[in-house]
Amino acid sequence: MDCRERASQVSRASGRLRVEGASASLAGAAAEAGRTTSPGQDCRAPTARPPERSGDHGVPASDGERGSGGTKSPGQEINRRAFLEQAGRFIILTGAASLAWDYVLAGTPQAAPNYVATDHWWGMIIDIDKCIGCGNCVRACKAENDVPTDEPGCYRTWVERYQVRPNDMEHPIVDSPNGAYDGFPEIDKPGDGVKVFFVPKLCNHCAHSPCVQVCPVGATFESPDGVVLVDKDRCLGCRYCVQACPYGCRYIDPRTHTVDKCTLCYHRITKGLTTACCEACPTGARQLVDLKNPADPVHEFMRTHKVHVLKPNLATGAKAFYSGLDGSVR
Amino acid sequence: MRERFRHVEHVFRAALLFVGGFALFLVVRWALVPADFGVYGFYRAGALADNQALPLRYAGQAPCLDCHADVAETRKDSRHARINCEACHGPLARHATGDFEIKPKALNPRLLCLQCHTQALGKPATLPQIVAVDHAPEGPCIACHKPHRPKID
Amino acid sequence: MPGVDGFIYPNEVELQWSVLIVLYPFLTGLVAGAFILASLERVFNVAAVRPTYRLALLTALAFLLVAPLPLQMHLGHPERSFSMYLTPHRESAMAMFGFVYLWYLMAVLVLEIWFDYRKDLVLAWRASRGLKRKLYGVATLWSDNISEKALRVDDRIGRFITIVGIPSAFLLHGYVGFIFGSVKANPWWSTPLMPVVFLFSAIVSGIALVLLIYMALCRIRRVAIDMPCVDTIARYLFYAFLIDFSLEMLDLIHRLYEADESLRALDFMVKTRLFVSQIVLQILLGTLLPIALLAMVQLLRFSERTRRAIYAAAGALTLVGILAMRWNVVIGGQLFSKSFLGYTTYKMSFATREGLLPAILILILPFVILAVLIKVLPPWTGGGEEKPVKA
Repeated sequence: MDCRERASQVSRASGRLRVEGASASLAGAAAEAGRTTSPGQDCRAPTARPPERSGDHGVPASDGERGSGGTKSPGQEINRRAFLEQAGRFIILTGAASLAWDYVLAGTPQAAPNYVATDHWWGMIIDIDKCIGCGNCVRACKAENDVPTDEPGCYRTWVERYQVRPNDMEHPIVDSPNGAYDGFPEIDKPGDGVKVFFVPKLCNHCAHSPCVQVCPVGATFESPDGVVLVDKDRCLGCRYCVQACPYGCRYIDPRTHTVDKCTLCYHRITKGLTTACCEACPTGARQLVDLKNPADPVHEFMRTHKVHVLKPNLATGAKAFYSGLDGSVR
Repeated sequence: MRERFRHVEHVFRAALLFVGGFALFLVVRWALVPADFGVYGFYRAGALADNQALPLRYAGQAPCLDCHADVAETRKDSRHARINCEACHGPLARHATGDFEIKPKALNPRLLCLQCHTQALGKPATLPQIVAVDHAPEGPCIACHKPHRPKID
Repeated sequence: MPGVDGFIYPNEVELQWSVLIVLYPFLTGLVAGAFILASLERVFNVAAVRPTYRLALLTALAFLLVAPLPLQMHLGHPERSFSMYLTPHRESAMAMFGFVYLWYLMAVLVLEIWFDYRKDLVLAWRASRGLKRKLYGVATLWSDNISEKALRVDDRIGRFITIVGIPSAFLLHGYVGFIFGSVKANPWWSTPLMPVVFLFSAIVSGIALVLLIYMALCRIRRVAIDMPCVDTIARYLFYAFLIDFSLEMLDLIHRLYEADESLRALDFMVKTRLFVSQIVLQILLGTLLPIALLAMVQLLRFSERTRRAIYAAAGALTLVGILAMRWNVVIGGQLFSKSFLGYTTYKMSFATREGLLPAILILILPFVILAVLIKVLPPWTGGGEEKPVKA
């Protein structure tokens, strides 16, 4: 396993909580992977490879800031600065698309990156049994992606709380106050024997996405690495995709009058980081997974757990896999 | 020749108008459709770049521990070991990249700790939960529990 | 949250498609229906409706010109709407809208009107002076060819265009139904019957509209209403209504019988939020009552005066009912949550870009355009003999 892979596993493994007493889980497997490198180990020594290819840990300044002041070791300094210079890096495809790549380059001055899109197929695993409804993911997403907090109906991700009465799966009581941005208030009168659990929801980045199908101008699409994205420069704001999404994960951004939704933090995952929601989740209930990476713990997880997708009868090819999903969940 | 088709000359003129309009449309289309459209699929390839070029606000775990190795050491086998720094301290990408003017906001322990640890239905039994008014209501949580190593030895 | 009952996904709190999107299928439906009425004479040789032939075409044109307006006003970026012509996504029903619309407008409607009116346009060109002469010159493409042979060619081409126009009209409005009917995420919309229901309700509304306009214009111009004409139109309206009602009943019975997951949510919605618009306006006043009135005329004898009153009432009720039907489909489909656990409310504003006021103005505008068209392209000279009404 080379330094870069280890590094990216560290950054993702560190987001998982090992709950004591829990059986071997995604967290456990990942923790094993992560522990091959201790957090302080510097596998980015400048002599190991050219600075342009580093940056798995380094992070450009948010808000487009490109400065790099402060006192740090020279090795870190070079890596960070090199990474900062490539803050707008792009993907490269192999083989036949290399000619087409010229067009992309024509509009962008940055140098070629180290992320090959076709090597990845992104998804997410959500472990219902671990979610505690704290709402950290909702807050982190809004902070990371500059999602409006004071407009109604602008949620890229949210958490729902289900109260399921015994033998009454068809009539759960569900709530999601402000998308769980402030967590959940206490339940007023919990019934007897009521089962309570939390379900985080987000864009499922469907492989056969109905929203992509209905867009009239190709303003929403699935990237080569499996992330459904929106082209803000082409979107008409017709809202057909919002109607077509069975999961209610799209909305109109009132500032741009275009459609917006979870991007699986595309700007982060293409740089070896994990999504903001996974980063902020304290229990490891949400995990970014790369289905094409043979070393990703998702494969072991899928072998040992029973997973579900939302609304499977619609055959959307959803890639948000829920472990421990109850039949009452809509 | 002209005489033979005189009775349909208006049809030819209408047809010419349609053909001309279509040709004009093709020209406009060639001019306006972006060059990188359709390269990887039915979309503008530059949109991938646009989505990647957004600013980062969360730094991720590793840069924090690079500088704050002492905290890493304290946390190593505590119950909070697997919680990312920014899950509690908020997005700190700017701080991590050297803008040390930006410091993590002072956290309100009562609000922050209770977000996870307040007793509520739906949380697993393995998560320590308290009823705030019953559990040491007079002091902040951190008076007894160190956040990076919360278990009281 | 105010206006929300039960649980809805957080992003569903506001409706995506407003009253403007209700208007669009209503307007294109009127276009398709008016054209079908015109084709009755041209293709199926129902001579009785000849007096309304040109009027139906002009009505279709007036409404078709206004139809894109509510869409443009609804878009977040109307200036980008031309992208639908530049990069149409072939898998999207909405993308094909631009081309179907353009085809129907230019290749069917405008051409048919042109070939039918060409002789009058040439005569007007010859007879006018100044700016009017220039405009008529453009309209005739500067060809003053109105020999017998040329007019026969016009007639044959016009007939051909009408034949092509019938499936085109079906497509124009059928695909609107498909835009809704193909959304598997929404059980209120998702049914293969949707394009057919839309089409037949369009035919019903278009026929009713032309009937009303014809009767109103005759009154305004003080000529006698051609009774065989309106009797025939009313008969076709009745037939179309029977088919439309049967289709809608079929959809309803099918839903009730299968009683799948969505039925409970939809049933509750119809009984509460959609009660007035669906039960009262669409079904009772907008369908059953007009059908009853028209059936009476078919079965019993009434005087001409009574028949005219019945046709006017039935026509007006029909238009209200079909508008209500569009409302129930578009708005109704967004009032319930896709979780099937809750409902939201449509808060229609008044004087905003997507409010009630622009909706009313958009409904009025086609009549204004029609008035201009009637002035420029009088529909009366091509028709049969008209008798002035007795004073």
